[in-house]
Amino acid sequence: MSDDTKGTSKDGAEQTGGPQSSAEAGGGDVAAQRAAGGTAPSAGEPERAGAGTTPEGGTRIAPTRERRGMFGVSGSGDTSGFGGLRLPGHVPAPAERPFGGWFDEFADELGAALAERKISRAAIQQVTVDRGEITFYVQRERILELCRTLRDDPGLRFELCSSVSGVDYGADVEQRLHVVYHLLSMTYRRRIRLEVALDIDDPRLPSVVEVYPTADWHERETWDMFGVIFDGHPALTRILMPDDWDGHPQRKDYPLGGIPVEYKGAEIPPPDQRRSYT
Amino acid sequence: MTDIRDDAPVDAYAPERETTEGTIYTVTGGDWDTVGDGEHDDRIVINMGPQHPSTHGVLRLVLELEGETVQQARSVIGYLHTGIEKNCEYRNWTQGVTFVTRADYLAPIFNEVAYCLAVEKLLGAEVPRRATVARVLLMELNRIGSHLVCLATGGMELGALTGMTAGFREREEGLHLLEFLTGLRMNHAYVRPGGLAQDFPEGWAEKVTEYIAVMRSRLPDYDKLLTGQPIWRQRLEKVGYLPVDGCLALGATGPILRSAGLPWDQRKVEPYCGYEEYDFEVPTATEADCYARYRLRVAEMHESLKIMEQAVEKMEPGPVMVADRKIAWPAQLSVGSDGMGNTLEHVRKIMGQSMESLIHHFKLVTEGFRVPPGQVYVPVESPRGELGYHLVSDGGTRPVRVHVRDPSFVNLQTMPAMSEGGMVADVIASVASIDPVMGGVDR
Repeated sequence: MSDDTKGTSKDGAEQTGGPQSSAEAGGGDVAAQRAAGGTAPSAGEPERAGAGTTPEGGTRIAPTRERRGMFGVSGSGDTSGFGGLRLPGHVPAPAERPFGGWFDEFADELGAALAERKISRAAIQQVTVDRGEITFYVQRERILELCRTLRDDPGLRFELCSSVSGVDYGADVEQRLHVVYHLLSMTYRRRIRLEVALDIDDPRLPSVVEVYPTADWHERETWDMFGVIFDGHPALTRILMPDDWDGHPQRKDYPLGGIPVEYKGAEIPPPDQRRSYT
Repeated sequence: MTDIRDDAPVDAYAPERETTEGTIYTVTGGDWDTVGDGEHDDRIVINMGPQHPSTHGVLRLVLELEGETVQQARSVIGYLHTGIEKNCEYRNWTQGVTFVTRADYLAPIFNEVAYCLAVEKLLGAEVPRRATVARVLLMELNRIGSHLVCLATGGMELGALTGMTAGFREREEGLHLLEFLTGLRMNHAYVRPGGLAQDFPEGWAEKVTEYIAVMRSRLPDYDKLLTGQPIWRQRLEKVGYLPVDGCLALGATGPILRSAGLPWDQRKVEPYCGYEEYDFEVPTATEADCYARYRLRVAEMHESLKIMEQAVEKMEPGPVMVADRKIAWPAQLSVGSDGMGNTLEHVRKIMGQSMESLIHHFKLVTEGFRVPPGQVYVPVESPRGELGYHLVSDGGTRPVRVHVRDPSFVNLQTMPAMSEGGMVADVIASVASIDPVMGGVDR
């Protein structure tokens, strides 16, 4: 296969991911992108191209937070000087072919299905295989089409959307808000994860309720807890918090709350103000 | 109800106000016949709950009725939101167990096991066999208890009071056994990442065998009491119909999905905790109504007893916690005169002999262990369906994200599909057959 040469960019950092590397059937647009330097999102994706991507390919999921903290922290009231350790942001490593297990076969199927429906392969920014689970990082505009493909294509058949939820990777991380979809194919007994990374200033993406009606409450919860706006949702209102609540509680910058408690003569601060080791 | 007098006097219990949709009456008491002007339709919006004996906890239903027919039904949730997911982000990985066990409080062991399986998957830790078998035993015991509450409260909501007293009586047997095995009736925090908090106490096998014998003798009573009873059948048959395509679209799993004919059970299709070694059936039905769901739950309890019996035989002596001292707490706990705590031998060792042990113990308990970065999703088959834990780690001693895919939350979305177009009384039957536990719905 010509995958090996085509799927790897000149510095070797470009991911050789799933549908992108099974791209022959898809025609010339992928080849053109590769020639253009390996950055997958291009012409077809005007708003998002470039945002959150590194210029020479590689991972699109770019954390910018650096490790800091440990000793030498002052002003925390902790006389040991220990505290406030912040781990560097985690970068999920792009997977290389072969992925192993059913992942390769599945990625081929998905590539073919995308080609059939004329969905650009750039819709999938990165593939990660970790701990026996496969994750597709998806361009946000494409999530609805992709879900419809995954549900309807006879070779994919993801009948059930198990879960939609958000993850906030915390301050200083570029595109810190992620929306995570867990899909289940009962026909093939496969589970996959789709993940969309969003900017905190523009947390919008299309709703998948018209494809998976079960996503209704999941998306409402994600809006409620993370402030992600799902365009096209039939009634995007708060679901767990009261309607007039301010803020989105599961964002990392939203305080946990709590009051100091006296226990055996000592005052114990609320959990979010206690000494933290990470 | 349809006969509304034109000359109705102004009622202190039913103040009226004008809106763009016409006159709205807020009825707080008195007789409906004295309210209204007779010119408008008979559409009534009934607010049921959140404090209502037949809404299964703090579930609020907003029903739009025409006569006794439900035109629209919506559920309002969030009254029991306790921020479990957020709280877990401020505790170490081991402490997370004490939070998640409180989510679906009728199936605490399932929450603990699913959470721990997810943490162990992140860690890449292999749990000792004895702990895994014990987890299976506890889960099935818990499943019986949970199904009994479903039958009991469901029976109570439909007026079958004996079903309630019998169900809670049998559940008490299970709770006694759970208390004996884990130390607590609920909110156990017994399953820990890496294994179990401690081994089963002396004499556990006899107690479990005794429980199985008692349940074997009592479960058939439910067939006598409810299964063939004409009123019970009339209340449940052909009520709350949801076929398999509706189930999949709305994400329903567990007994709801199996009552529609799809034998989808995580224990069979994606075995975890060694369920592939156990001999049991997955009961299914094709009627897709409340009665089918009731029968499935009864049948599942019998299957759970079978699994428990096999688990007792499979239990071999051995450790119940991983050997890795970076994960396992250094002391197995024991019950002393002042409650549960570290064993005397361990206290003697850390205080008298080994400073290193003391430091290690202190670090592990206060700081916790580090979990390599990444994310996992682990589903298990809870009594209500697919209970999934999505955990994200950044390599620290605390989770970045703990997301609970709770089956009650998802299944509750099927309530309108099951009850719209039916009678008000059937809403109760439908909700009872969904068996939502608000602790899990709201988390």
